[in-house]
Amino acid sequence: MPSYWNGYLFVVLFIIFGILLPVAALWVIGPILRPNNPTKSKRGTYESGLEPIGDAHVRYNARYYLFALMFVVFDVETLFLYPWAVSFKQLGHFALVEMLIFVALLVVGLIYAWRKKVLEWT
Amino acid sequence: MWNWSGASHLTWLNGLAMLIGTVIVLLLALGVVTYTIYAQRKILGWMQGRIGPNRLGPFGLMQTIADILKLLIKEDIIPEKADRSLFLLAPILAFVPSFMVLSVIPFSRTHVFTANISIGLLFYIALSAITIHGVMLGGWASNNKYALIGGMRSAAQMLSYEVPLGMSVLGVALMAGSLNLNTIVMSQHTGWWNIVPQFLGFCIFLVASTAELNRTPFDLPEAESELIAGYHIEYSGFRMAFFMLTEYVYLFAMAALCATLFLGGWSGPFLPGWLWFAIKVFAFIFFQFWIQNTMPRIRADHLMSFSWKVLLPLSLFNIVLTAVFKTIV
Repeated sequence: MPSYWNGYLFVVLFIIFGILLPVAALWVIGPILRPNNPTKSKRGTYESGLEPIGDAHVRYNARYYLFALMFVVFDVETLFLYPWAVSFKQLGHFALVEMLIFVALLVVGLIYAWRKKVLEWT
Repeated sequence: MWNWSGASHLTWLNGLAMLIGTVIVLLLALGVVTYTIYAQRKILGWMQGRIGPNRLGPFGLMQTIADILKLLIKEDIIPEKADRSLFLLAPILAFVPSFMVLSVIPFSRTHVFTANISIGLLFYIALSAITIHGVMLGGWASNNKYALIGGMRSAAQMLSYEVPLGMSVLGVALMAGSLNLNTIVMSQHTGWWNIVPQFLGFCIFLVASTAELNRTPFDLPEAESELIAGYHIEYSGFRMAFFMLTEYVYLFAMAALCATLFLGGWSGPFLPGWLWFAIKVFAFIFFQFWIQNTMPRIRADHLMSFSWKVLLPLSLFNIVLTAVFKTIV
């Protein structure tokens, strides 16, 4: 069992170093090396050289919402299939039939979304 | 098989070895990224009948290092209208998972420097999805219209291609009966490389991973000619460098994952394991640069429907095919 936790300790080390690198580069070494002279026009928002019109914090296209919903459905499906794939050999033929039914149900969902024109990007 | 992380008890020596291993992987990732960018510029140059970078150092080898140093001494501009805290958080949120996924890749036979955890594959897929948050937050926090569109496109594209990517590797998990990347390599070491029995899965993986990496022909989120740079347009200096670093670390990580899952990882005749691994990783990276130079950018509506209408049914078919095949054989 200790070796099991050692693997995850390694992952924790990776998180720590992954955070340390940008923090060291952006907040410790960076301020020493880079100039700091913010002016009004420098800090303006870029919009092809013109004065920016309006704000970009707006409500965005609802089409993205439908794709996000589709993503949740199919990603959770994938998540269910992972443990099934790993223990497929032990489970035998019955698991194959079960999985076929499960996938078939989701294919019906996909066909429904297809017919409803959710998959069109217009 | 002996390895750093698999030793039985956590001792000081063991812990120190893990620490050194992490530092080595960090330096490896940074070095590979530096010379991937150099290789990209050289290869693209040759393919277009140019020479590529050739001024700094022999054959221009110091070019990328000079670029990185230049970025480090550039002023860090935070736009007035930006959401300051999210703007600062986004590059880190994007970068950390890109480095963390390297922790499960088996680089060589003895599995040095990386964690030998039993859910390696799932860990990779789950973590790589976190980067979407960094990209989307960066785009939104910039308060710039180009950045917003780029970030949103990125999110939609990565969500759509995450599904076929996750499903295409299921076939490999079925073949090996495990999610541990080292076990997957071992199963290929004794039999066929997965590219042969899982050819359909490999093709889906190749297309989906290109889209996940936001590379041409799926580079809509950062299309230079219409969105200027997409989500990182307001970022300057080293903050921008971290977004670029994320992108190239992912290119390396995805190449490593592809080599591990489909091309047999470190296994191969004659040459040492790490060299085989490096050759396979470079082959994947070269392929990415090759199609970058060959293919025009795909249209946004084609992009989304291709994922849902072609890749998703194909990957479902691949799973069923593999399962039936495994039952019969």
